[in-house]
Amino acid sequence: MDFISTHLLTSILFFPILAALAILFFPTEQIKLIRWTALIASLVPFVLSLLLWGRFDASAAGFQFSEQYPWYDAIHSSFHVGVDGLSLTMVMLTTLLTPLAILASFGVTDRVKAYMILFLLLETGMLGVFMAVDLLIFFVFWEVGLVPMYFLINQWGSANRNYASLKFMIYTMGGSLGLLLAIQMLGVLFQTYDLVTIYTRWNALEASANLLPWFGSYLTVETVKTIAFWAFVIAFAIKVPVWPFHTWLPDAHTEAPTAGSMLLAGVLLKLGAYGFLRLVLPLYPAQSAQYAGWLAFLAVMAIIFGALGAYGQNDFKRLVAYSSVNHMGFVLLGVAAAAKVAGTADATIALNGAVFQMFNHGLSAAGMFFLVGVIYERAHTRDLNQLGGLFPIVPVYGAILLFTSMASLGLPGLSGFVSEFLVVRGAWASMPIFAALAMIGLLMTGAYILKGIKKVLHGPLNEHWAHGEHQLTDISAREVIVMAPLMALILILGIWPAWLLDVINKAMSMLF
Amino acid sequence: MATETLIWLLPLPPLLAFFLIVLFTNKSKTLSHSLAIGAALLSFVGSMVVFARALGTPEFGKEVFASSINWIPTGDTFLKIGVLIDPLSAIVLFFVAITVLMIFIYSVGYHNYGQPAGDHDLAGLPPHGATVTDEHGHQHMVLSIEPMYSRFFAFIGLFAFGMYTLVVSDSLLTLFVGWEIMGLCSYLLIGFWYGKPSARAAAIKAFMTTRVGDVFMLLGIAFLYSVTGTLTYREIFTEQTLHALASVPSGIFGLSAAGLIAVLLFIGTVGKSAQWPLHIWLPDAMEGPTPVSAMIHAATMVSAGVYAVIRMFPLLSLDPIAMNVVAFIGTFTAIFAATIALAQRDIKKVLAYSTISQLGFMLSAIGMGAYIAAVFHLVTHAFFKALLFLGSGSVIHGMEHGVFHTGNHHVDPQDMFNMGGLKDKMPITFWTFLIGGFSLAGFPLLTAGFWSKDEILADAFANGHWAILITLSLAALMTAFYTMRQITLSFLGEPRTKEAEHAQETPWTMTLPLTVLAFFAVTFGWLGIPEHFPGLGGLLPNWIHEFVGGTLAERPEILPFSPIPLLISLTVALGGLLLGWLVYRNVEAGQPDPLEKPLGFLYPFLQNKWYFDEFYQYFVVQPVIWFSEVFSSQWLDKVVIDGVLHWFGRTALSIGDVFRNKFDKPVINALIGDGTATVFQKAGQELRLLQTGRIQNYMISAVALLIVLGAILIYILA
Repeated sequence: MDFISTHLLTSILFFPILAALAILFFPTEQIKLIRWTALIASLVPFVLSLLLWGRFDASAAGFQFSEQYPWYDAIHSSFHVGVDGLSLTMVMLTTLLTPLAILASFGVTDRVKAYMILFLLLETGMLGVFMAVDLLIFFVFWEVGLVPMYFLINQWGSANRNYASLKFMIYTMGGSLGLLLAIQMLGVLFQTYDLVTIYTRWNALEASANLLPWFGSYLTVETVKTIAFWAFVIAFAIKVPVWPFHTWLPDAHTEAPTAGSMLLAGVLLKLGAYGFLRLVLPLYPAQSAQYAGWLAFLAVMAIIFGALGAYGQNDFKRLVAYSSVNHMGFVLLGVAAAAKVAGTADATIALNGAVFQMFNHGLSAAGMFFLVGVIYERAHTRDLNQLGGLFPIVPVYGAILLFTSMASLGLPGLSGFVSEFLVVRGAWASMPIFAALAMIGLLMTGAYILKGIKKVLHGPLNEHWAHGEHQLTDISAREVIVMAPLMALILILGIWPAWLLDVINKAMSMLF
Repeated sequence: MATETLIWLLPLPPLLAFFLIVLFTNKSKTLSHSLAIGAALLSFVGSMVVFARALGTPEFGKEVFASSINWIPTGDTFLKIGVLIDPLSAIVLFFVAITVLMIFIYSVGYHNYGQPAGDHDLAGLPPHGATVTDEHGHQHMVLSIEPMYSRFFAFIGLFAFGMYTLVVSDSLLTLFVGWEIMGLCSYLLIGFWYGKPSARAAAIKAFMTTRVGDVFMLLGIAFLYSVTGTLTYREIFTEQTLHALASVPSGIFGLSAAGLIAVLLFIGTVGKSAQWPLHIWLPDAMEGPTPVSAMIHAATMVSAGVYAVIRMFPLLSLDPIAMNVVAFIGTFTAIFAATIALAQRDIKKVLAYSTISQLGFMLSAIGMGAYIAAVFHLVTHAFFKALLFLGSGSVIHGMEHGVFHTGNHHVDPQDMFNMGGLKDKMPITFWTFLIGGFSLAGFPLLTAGFWSKDEILADAFANGHWAILITLSLAALMTAFYTMRQITLSFLGEPRTKEAEHAQETPWTMTLPLTVLAFFAVTFGWLGIPEHFPGLGGLLPNWIHEFVGGTLAERPEILPFSPIPLLISLTVALGGLLLGWLVYRNVEAGQPDPLEKPLGFLYPFLQNKWYFDEFYQYFVVQPVIWFSEVFSSQWLDKVVIDGVLHWFGRTALSIGDVFRNKFDKPVINALIGDGTATVFQKAGQELRLLQTGRIQNYMISAVALLIVLGAILIYILA
């Protein structure tokens, strides 16, 4: 117990890997045992992060529960992890969604062992990014998370999985190249990768300093910072994904297995947004303010074209995938608005909204993808034109889908509304035009959500799915259990968001 | 219990009922409706207690019931939410509580509680009737119970929660929460019979059209919150804040910040209260069950739109341009919708357009600054329009009974031209409908509608708004006309179909609410009789003016009495009623609408609602669908963006290809790799010939080499 107290973060971070190692030695045909072990193993980090939540002091500045170990002394990188209010929120989201995703995968029968191992590895990869306080560690985990997801799509995906997994992998890696270079530059410059040090020293650099003497005197600090800023931005923008870097997302989602989509939308997209908040804004406040208009423009394009794209789909899963582009656009809009007027109350409100939106989208998107999976598992089609009129056949599923759709739509009383409202409110103060344009997206959000409901649930009773061999069964108890925590949180956070927003608010006030 | 605590609790019983029904009791119809009605009753009693305490508070308005808590942290401050009952919300609470409870009770009868389950009824479709065998062995069709009975009560429970939340809230944010929850319920209930494609389309249309207004409203809220740092009414309506808002220009259309905020919020109302140009959803919303039309689309939700504008009146009144916008939209809608109502055949559609028109009256009043008149008409309208809708539901029910009796399912039970003579078959429905209709038409002295409408006209006259006065008077004339047309066609004369002959009065659960609402549709008007009204003035105190006026910082002045608006009121009401009766009293079965000939081409124009649906379909809906399905999804994403990505991919491939085929293969492989080997191989093959194995040859070679080397050495050394 004492060990866990002093090594709380590393326990959370590495427990999934240990469990994955254990599962490796299980007999392959013991599917049940493997499933349950994976589920229980993924619940351990969740319980530990509840402990973390309980012990976390929201009012204290800086990283808490820090642990630092020598790792790569030759290049001055150390294994440094820690959490603040921002990362804590994301850690909670990750450890909550992973067990649900694993429970959602109990229907998978193909190579269960490898599948579960990959999920546990994925959890470690994602958690590492959120906990890292060292840039190199950040990058390592950033890339580590890609690998299991690549194989999950590539091996357990549907028809066009090779194209989708390759696109996902290459695109993200391509985007990270600039990030890696920029991180290297910082490491060389300051002889450390430690974020805390870099935060202060990088921003204290005088404009006249000659950063990279081997280029001669052509590169001013401003130019270098601007280039590095865009290198960071592009890497994270692809991950979020921001329009026009978003086209990998619908493909990846459509092909990914259900639980893979849950984590992809629920957590992996947050990595990009987290990058903006953890690295871009603190490291490049001047550049962020200077280019805030561009960021906001891209965000609004994501909001509008994400919604339009979603409305234009006839594949249920693609529709939900595009909705992620739409919702994550609000996160970036909040970030851009905050960047423009950093330090003001408006900025704090926008950032609160952005972070809260990340959390809420994690809940609702994971739920939506799961529900798509539930119907796909039974009907073996996601074509909206073949569904419809299912409400009388699957009433409980219908009710749950309605609820989750409304959460996605941002219905007041549910959590998504609070975050979208805060973002719009924060953005209005500094960029009213963009806030107003975002409303087009909000309007279209309604259109695609209602299209989804119309084409799945409503309409004349669908005889094809009502009788005989095609008869659909209603959602099972296990599947309800997957949805229940998500729905409960969506409702609670919609009615009483203060308990979570308080932590976020304090973190945002102290960070920026 | 402290009044504030009680107010906090008011919205909760229906919400609780919603959750209980959804989670536990949905299998039991009796339990479900008991829960819902019990919850509505609890909230009703609570509301009446609050209302009574409000009445008992001296100087109510200066003193209010208010309480608030911190809701979300925003930097160093908090966004607060809370409850507030001031005179305005108290009076709204009063009519909401009554109408909601009545409609809940009515729903029991409307959904055929106690009737057998249908022969072929499916969830998602209206009940189609059940075959029963009576004691003589005769089989006949009777009405069957709604298959989704429990779900209906769950939904209206959630709706009631939304409405109560909206009324008791003390800030725009919670108002918006209730507003949107009602929007959701409206969507769910219009699409209650989701198996009907028309209902499904109507539900989506309603949600999307109101959402157009809602996003503007959200912007208005964000704007207001940004400038003032609060959304609580009482903090906004301080002199200092209002002054600041009025003096800051917004830079758009010459509006001040206050004006722009008010207009943005008003656009939300245009959507919610179905005002032109966002009126198109309300008539289609009649696809829903009739209690829904009565509650959501007449008494409460659409009134909430007007309530929001009345609530923001202190802000709105700061900017004359904004006031003009409101007055114009209201006045235009009042007459525009009235013209359409003239040519509708469906009994509920007439009421729908009438609702749009009457809401226009209220907004027109607000736009003129006639605060009290707007509130007054809001309340009376809620009573008589809920009554009329419930009455029409009763009529349809009676007609359906007739349809089952004759078995001819081609007769539309909602078409007024299929009715006639229902007066004797359904006496309670008739008399209450008559009261409601006369109240709507503004039948003098007796009815509530007369007093409230008269007040609006008097205000227009007193303040010299001639255009508004003339337009509204015309609209009022049309109102009386189409109301009498409706009453005459449905109830008077001889039955025009067999079905109408066999119509039957509905059960007490339906007629009781009619009676209660009819009571208020008459008496409530007596609470607002102007003091100087000849003969009647002063007999009863003008309570409305006294009570509601207290909401504002400055009590509105009492208008001087003038006979001209009174004469106008009398003429249009009585004239319209008389005309309507004269034109429609002798309509025979199968005869076209007597208006069709005299109106000429105007008749189809009105019947088709000025072709607004077609206009929107062609110029808004289709382009948006094209834009998202073709432009965005196909062209932009798949061709342009993915095209660029694939170009990168192909370029990388072709660079690789060049390296492989133009360099690696010919240079490295063929030239350097294989080439070296070939050279050595070739060289070996050639040199092999030298290896003859004869000592003489080797000798000659060695000597020759020696000579050459010697020659070189000599040359160098020398």
